[in-house]
Amino acid sequence: MNNKTLLLEVKNLKKHFVSGHGKHKKVLKAVDGIDFHIYRGETFGLVGESGCGKTTIGRTVIRLYHPTDGEILFDGVDLAPLSNEDLKPFRRRIQMIFQDPYASLNTRMTVSDIISEGIATHYSYSPEERQEKVVALLDKVGLKQEHASRYPHEFSGGQRQRIGIARALAVEPELIICDEPISALDVSIQAQVINMLEDLQNEMGLTYLFIAHDLSMVRHISDRIGVMYLGKMMEVAESETLYEKPLHPYTQSLLSSIPIPDPTFNMKNKRIILKGDVASPINPKPGCRFASRCRFAKDQCREIDPVLEEIEPEHFVACHFVKEINRI
Amino acid sequence: MDKLLEVKNLHTTFFTHIGEVQAVRGISFDLELGDILGIVGESGSGKSVTSLSIMGLVDEPGKIVEGSILFDNKDLSKLTQKELSEYRGNDIAMIFQDPMTSLNPVFSIADQITTVLMRHTELTKQQARERAIELLKMVEIPEPEVRIDAYPHQFSGGMRQRAMIAMAISCNPKLLIADEPTTALDVTIQAQILELMRHLKDQINTTIMLITHDLGVVAEVCNKVIVMYGGLIMEKASVEELFKNPQHPYTIGLLQSVPRHEKGQRKRLQPIKGSPPDLLNPPKGCPFAPRCPHAMEVCIQEPSPLFNVSSTQSASCWLHHPHAPQTPGYIQVKEDAHE
Repeated sequence: MNNKTLLLEVKNLKKHFVSGHGKHKKVLKAVDGIDFHIYRGETFGLVGESGCGKTTIGRTVIRLYHPTDGEILFDGVDLAPLSNEDLKPFRRRIQMIFQDPYASLNTRMTVSDIISEGIATHYSYSPEERQEKVVALLDKVGLKQEHASRYPHEFSGGQRQRIGIARALAVEPELIICDEPISALDVSIQAQVINMLEDLQNEMGLTYLFIAHDLSMVRHISDRIGVMYLGKMMEVAESETLYEKPLHPYTQSLLSSIPIPDPTFNMKNKRIILKGDVASPINPKPGCRFASRCRFAKDQCREIDPVLEEIEPEHFVACHFVKEINRI
Repeated sequence: MDKLLEVKNLHTTFFTHIGEVQAVRGISFDLELGDILGIVGESGSGKSVTSLSIMGLVDEPGKIVEGSILFDNKDLSKLTQKELSEYRGNDIAMIFQDPMTSLNPVFSIADQITTVLMRHTELTKQQARERAIELLKMVEIPEPEVRIDAYPHQFSGGMRQRAMIAMAISCNPKLLIADEPTTALDVTIQAQILELMRHLKDQINTTIMLITHDLGVVAEVCNKVIVMYGGLIMEKASVEELFKNPQHPYTIGLLQSVPRHEKGQRKRLQPIKGSPPDLLNPPKGCPFAPRCPHAMEVCIQEPSPLFNVSSTQSASCWLHHPHAPQTPGYIQVKEDAHE
């Protein structure tokens, strides 16, 4: 386990969105001081409910957003302060697969144009060589050569997602950010795409940042998982550890909420149903973000922000009372 | 048990400019009083159109072209919109997937609930308001006396869905149709809403039809299930039977597509190959045949009738025909089911 090398290290990353001026100024703290790291060749899952900032992290790491504060170390280089010009080589090395296969492909471009656009930007191949690459990529994602000249509307959702994957692979990236890549697909098609992502990872040594809210799929695909709540990282652990032995009270209730496809399994005694709704990320209150819904919250939680600490090897938790709650 | 709803040979077709889309192609099922029936299927399987047909909400260019929908022994498919409106919101109510678009943004929650109450009951405006507050209390909205005058945009997603449920149960419906009621919600909120629905079912003694694509939700909430594919019913069963002993290759495929976790082992998923049929040109035979690992000649030629596997389970698959070749180890042979 010592031969793991870091590919991405995110330190104290913040992304705030400001709206209004003067008295009406509002600060939406979408991501508010996040630390995590991803090893080369692994899949790091990022889970959390809507509005927790997981998509913002993906978009900030790939520098579609300019971070408010913090460092994004990719292969040792901090991407946060780089200009667009300096970012160009890194744009090739980090690619993204989007959630909505209908909105993320240009309807007026053929499949071949979509896939070869990145190749043309980053490499100096002749048109024939580019075409060869396109055909090879289509084959890799399970599409046929004749699909190259067609337009996105001629494909089903699952096929479009394959086109999106081929586009990401075209420039031979090292890190792929998968932002909810299967949530728009039907169950029987989801499994096809997940298996393909796993095969491609083994074959090409890819690293994935896998953002999703489908907790059972994340468990399936990820090596390690980070759990977010309102712009903060609550817990990071290896996937099996996290699901078998979650330590943070939020993770515990989140995981207990997953419906189990087995009618003989009685969840009633184990389920921890949270009261209330997720608070607003606009001008958040001090203290732990989860305090308002936490069963164990005390005064300290409402005043002081807990720090993400390594409680057990490779198991990080941000909770003042993690030891008391779990009797460690 | 008393039958509350009997759907017989229902066909619903949409006559679009590119051709006839046969969304529901002849389905029959019953609902007994007190059932929670899950209808599972992927997008385009016809599950939502089935529920809209029952509610009489199939709009132009869609039409129920054949079949009957008996509710309390009255055929809903033959009623005029005016007659139907006596049932809708009263005896049959519906909860929709997206509480943001299904509540009217320019009316307060109070207006929207009291409208339903005053339409179907004799209550005065003041009484209706009191009843509405009571309903909001039942669905666990905090401070209902204050929140009742809020507008939908002032509620969170989970709260809006609670308000929708309050509206749906306002006239104590005999049948509550919930079309993907938790799909737009986060898991922790989904758990809250499912818990609430279970709780309310006992309280107001209603029958529920739950449309979903999430097998986990079905396993937790329902007692019976119908699996739909390509506008047809593939399998009907009790929840226990469906998960323990699925009898249709499509059901088996669906169950294998979702990750299952045994400690420390990561099993490869087994997806169903191919993609769902195009209902503009529906296949002549079984809609699943092109993707089925066990398809035979007959499957492509003719859709299979429903074969009874037990008194509560049936599957429309030719493999259950007495003359079908036995496929060892795949479909658990019928003898087991009869025990």
